[in-house]
Amino acid sequence: MLEDKDRIFTNLYGFEDWKLAAARRRGVWDNTADIIKKGQPWIVEEMKNSGLRGRGGAGFPTGMKWSFMPKPSDKPHYLLINADESEPGTCKDRDILRFDPHRLLEGALLAAFAIHAHTVYIYIRGEFYNEASNIQQAIDEAYSYGLLGKNAAGSGWDCDIYLHRGAGAYVCGEETALMESLEGKKGQPRNKPPFPAGAGLYACPTTVNNVETIAAVPEILRRGASWFAGFGRPKNSGTKLFCISGHVNQPCNVEEAMSIPMKELIEKHAGGVRGGWDNLLAVIPGGSSTPILPKEICDTVLMDFDALRDVKSGLGTAGLIVMDKSTDIIYAIARISHFYKHESCGQCTPCREGVAWLWRTMMRMVRGNATVEEIDTMLDVTKEIEGRTICAFGDGAVWPVQGLIRHFKPQMIERIEQYRKQARAA
Amino acid sequence: MSAAKQSGEKFSFTSENAARAEKIVAKYPAGRQASAVIPLLDIAQRQSGGWLPQAAMDHVADYLEMPRIRVYEVASFYTMFNLKPVGEHLVQVCTTTPCWLRGSDGIVGACKKKLGIGVGETTPDGKFTVVEVECLGACVNAPMVQINDDYYEDLDPELMEKLLDTLASGKKPGIGSQTGRRGSCAQSGPTSLKEKAKSNA
Repeated sequence: MLEDKDRIFTNLYGFEDWKLAAARRRGVWDNTADIIKKGQPWIVEEMKNSGLRGRGGAGFPTGMKWSFMPKPSDKPHYLLINADESEPGTCKDRDILRFDPHRLLEGALLAAFAIHAHTVYIYIRGEFYNEASNIQQAIDEAYSYGLLGKNAAGSGWDCDIYLHRGAGAYVCGEETALMESLEGKKGQPRNKPPFPAGAGLYACPTTVNNVETIAAVPEILRRGASWFAGFGRPKNSGTKLFCISGHVNQPCNVEEAMSIPMKELIEKHAGGVRGGWDNLLAVIPGGSSTPILPKEICDTVLMDFDALRDVKSGLGTAGLIVMDKSTDIIYAIARISHFYKHESCGQCTPCREGVAWLWRTMMRMVRGNATVEEIDTMLDVTKEIEGRTICAFGDGAVWPVQGLIRHFKPQMIERIEQYRKQARAA
Repeated sequence: MSAAKQSGEKFSFTSENAARAEKIVAKYPAGRQASAVIPLLDIAQRQSGGWLPQAAMDHVADYLEMPRIRVYEVASFYTMFNLKPVGEHLVQVCTTTPCWLRGSDGIVGACKKKLGIGVGETTPDGKFTVVEVECLGACVNAPMVQINDDYYEDLDPELMEKLLDTLASGKKPGIGSQTGRRGSCAQSGPTSLKEKAKSNA
């Protein structure tokens, strides 16, 4: 088990105060200027060596993303922090926003410096009203102590951070939709290219990073890349916040080392599956869009990017949704289809029409009022949506259904047969 | 402020809100004031008693020098903008899978039973509106609801009814976990950061 001395998020549960004085006691804003004085190339290289992969779901290497930013020119550079946490099963960024906002702000300054940006926007989901209030107060506090603004933290770098509240749209967590929204438009994703590093917010060079990613930066740079890379398997480095929800005895968030076995994570931290491990039916391992895994896989799988990819799922946001044997697994996935139907931005036909059709068909599957052939039709339709939309929303919307068919087709067929039997009897 | 009072033809920011709006617009580069449309619509909605009459959207459009249709587009795209009046307490029950697994059906049921209305409806006295919403990002504290700006977590039907009673009596319930949990920490106590828990007990 990860030791407390190696945890980054030492105020994960809010046992201590979130304001500046207590944050400083936790080591936040410690020698920030000295890190900045090591220069941009050193920071980017150190981030690359740490192996940190983006914590928002896609897992793109952070140092590499930063290195895509062009050299300074007459155009301003922007850092956008994605605090639009909305992936079902995920509630980790919320704890950073409300209980450790200064850790995020310090990371924002370091990241902004590394990508030659003087302006940072934190885009927070509108529903996080109280979290936004804490962040705003922390920003105000940081300005009043000279940690932000001109010559931020005595580093010689000017850095302004602004909070921007959204208004309820899952798709704004997609980086180009986030930029559209921040520009005052509907949150509809943009075609890529151009990529944000070339033309992002206001057509200027932009990097978008998740809250947990940015908040991990200061400790990585203070303790060194090799410290962080010492946790988890190669290419899956570091510590990670996990959210364990659903049918466990003690739902919770926890920071653990990457590559921890799923079973160990659930049993050590979440009090185990309700009714014991043998009562487990399935787990969605990384937020709603990652395909469901049946117990046989959960028995041994490791919680990291590569291990979960190898079993045709993903680490995603590391939000585990645990389901015991009492679960109507077909409805559990149908409800996720409803989520995606509700949240589709409506821009691309395959997603707008296809995801709504998937939900309607899934609801018939819940009742069993369908044919066995329709299961295959449904799978075909998911393949017509996947990869055929502007953004990854379409992919994320169909993966849960694909996962259900992959592992629980017999249960779907059984439901159909039951329905027919009852219909005949009536 | 009652919804009816603000539903008329005219809307303009109060001087306090105008000052807020000015401060918000200053966050964005010159000429990019449209970036402020969501925060300004939020202010307008609060001033109008929880929803956006057309006059309020028009005022925001004029204030930001945006075509009105662009503002209507934004107001209709984002779910937090209400285009029709809502009750004083907007009860938003999360029913997405993580909350459903922990019994959100029972929470919806408790709201219906206690308030005598269906989902999407408002009580005749205008006090409560109940809606189902998608994931609010508090999954390890499921099931949960958002009422206006605040989250109420770790609910069961009984706690939900109690919550509604408290609000009906004009009092403000304690926000967050309704079972006394600290944030996202396990109810039985932390499995990590135990020293911090002890020193701050």
